[in-house]
Amino acid sequence: MTNSELSDLEAALRRGAALDVDAPAGAAALSAVVAADRAGLVDVAVSTVDSPVGDLLVAVTPQGLVRLAFDPERVLDELAERISPRVVVAQGRLDPVRRELDEYFTGRRRAFDIAVDWSLTSGFRRRVLEATARIPTGQVTTYGALAEEVGKPTAARAVGNAVGSNPIAIVVPCHRVVPAAGGVGNYGGGPERKAFLLDLERSNETTPRRRPLEPGRRR
Amino acid sequence: MSPPPFQTFLEHHRDPVYRFLLFSVGPDAADDCLQETFVAALRAYPRLEDGSNLRAWVLTIAHRKAIDAHRGRARRPVPSAELPEQPSPAVTVPDPGLWKAVGELPPKQRAAIVLRFVSDLPFREVGRILDISDAAARQNVREGLARLRKEYADDEQRAV
Repeated sequence: MTNSELSDLEAALRRGAALDVDAPAGAAALSAVVAADRAGLVDVAVSTVDSPVGDLLVAVTPQGLVRLAFDPERVLDELAERISPRVVVAQGRLDPVRRELDEYFTGRRRAFDIAVDWSLTSGFRRRVLEATARIPTGQVTTYGALAEEVGKPTAARAVGNAVGSNPIAIVVPCHRVVPAAGGVGNYGGGPERKAFLLDLERSNETTPRRRPLEPGRRR
Repeated sequence: MSPPPFQTFLEHHRDPVYRFLLFSVGPDAADDCLQETFVAALRAYPRLEDGSNLRAWVLTIAHRKAIDAHRGRARRPVPSAELPEQPSPAVTVPDPGLWKAVGELPPKQRAAIVLRFVSDLPFREVGRILDISDAAARQNVREGLARLRKEYADDEQRAV
């Protein structure tokens, strides 16, 4: 046995390492995810949903929608650290959320019916965000009014921080909280997205709000 | 070191694990073994305290699934040597004669050969996955190679 014969055999074996298995491995991995989900092993199912305001990263737990983010950066790590490392891309689990978002963006839905999982927020922040979730579609409120709503009328700044910490954009409508001074104000996804969502909700109003005119202004 | 999100782990190790299984159990059983490997991994994932060598961890699981597949096959009346020859529509194994010969090696030698050359692992890691010493891993590779040289080379000569 010569060295060249030896290396020929090893070289032939090593060619296996370069084999492109992307397609079969990908298909088998998808089956694994489906089987794992069926066995109840997926604690956090994530997926990307496309929308008029860009791709949204959406995550659900068995309790409900836990995260909706404009920027996917580090979101998987955050979910793994704070909820469970069993974070898996599982398209099927996100179908109800995808459907409701689609209806919302095409003007066929005014309010979301999907359950919300508040796991990523707690205490004061959670109280503020639960109050935020009650702001009706098509309306806006101010940080000050929200502070009063949660019984902390002097804490407008803390309320602003709580609103800014919203883990579930759009569905928990933090875009409906605006500065008393006017304008759309800050938004995690950028002011353009906030303005877009507010316009969408105003223009899609199926039953226009009839704001009673103040007697003094009646002509 | 806590483990990364399972999705990240899956994407990172999917292809290497598939290659290991493909050359250990053949294309027909590789899909099922890969599925079983990652379902088992996901089941154990939250209890995983040390995320520092996930490659060795997942290949250990895959190795067990490959052994199960070989045992299952031995119980059935299908000769095991047939398996690497049946091409899967999705993947064509190069050098099928060689891999048929690998498939006929004793389980430890087969796994050691695949881990060493396909998974490109050092002997220490091969030993760790097979739960044997570095020296035993080296010996299994050496013996496996000797056997392959004999059988595979004989086949080659017949073919010429």
